[in-house]
Amino acid sequence: MADDQLSRVFAALADPTRRDIVARLAVGDATVGELAEPYDVSVQAVSKHIKVLADAGLVTQRRDAQRRPCHLEAEVFDLMTKWIERYRAKAQERYERLDAVLAEMQGDEHPTLPHPGHARGEAS
Amino acid sequence: MSAASSRYQVTIEADPNVPIVRMTRDFDATPAQLMRAHTDPDIFARWIGPDGMTTKILEWDARTGGCWRYVSERDGEEYGFHGSFHEVGDNRIVQTFTYDGVPDGVALETITFEDLGDGRTRLHAQSLVDSFEGRDQWLASGMETGVEQGYAKLDALVGEL
Repeated sequence: MADDQLSRVFAALADPTRRDIVARLAVGDATVGELAEPYDVSVQAVSKHIKVLADAGLVTQRRDAQRRPCHLEAEVFDLMTKWIERYRAKAQERYERLDAVLAEMQGDEHPTLPHPGHARGEAS
Repeated sequence: MSAASSRYQVTIEADPNVPIVRMTRDFDATPAQLMRAHTDPDIFARWIGPDGMTTKILEWDARTGGCWRYVSERDGEEYGFHGSFHEVGDNRIVQTFTYDGVPDGVALETITFEDLGDGRTRLHAQSLVDSFEGRDQWLASGMETGVEQGYAKLDALVGEL
């Protein structure tokens, strides 16, 4: 995914109404009219939000007889999940370093006890 | 990527309604030991920085109202971070966090150590940033570092101990 599309995804999701629309579309496809119902805004305003989401690649609209239901492109979110997972992995690395440091601290405080050899708490 | 399979895994959640990231992680240590690892500058510098980077503490006053500043260095390139300790309690640290490269950005971090008994503690870390955009870029930026680091060095560190 190109960086500028990434920026558009972030910008698109920075708006609470658009995040709400995304949450509703995650349940199932809906037309702009259906999406506008619960909001105190016009269909035109919702249309604009849909356009922003569509430009970011988050939402597509297909022709289905007279309706043009909006559809959430879930794979974009899979990508976001991957970003978060990578961040998680980085935090995991950091805290495994902390595990090792804590294991040493335990050794310092209890010099007569055997050193917790594996920092993973598997000693019986 | 599961070579270093610690039995304790980080859980992470990006809140959909407020620009917050929450993480939890269990440790085989007491809240007091975790507190020390977060407030003693020499100990903190040993684990906070990404693999392959050296952390130099420049200022460190881990008391309520104190401030902190450190740089992470690799191959002559330095990345600076600073903030203040808003509150340093018995089981809780509230601090601000700014990356010098984005000086207008600031996160409010709340770290809580929950005593699980039997010498185990659950760390809760919450970061509130000023916009969703900022949070999501921050999450995305962590990715690159995570990829380039790999786990080899970590394995070596754990193996030594």
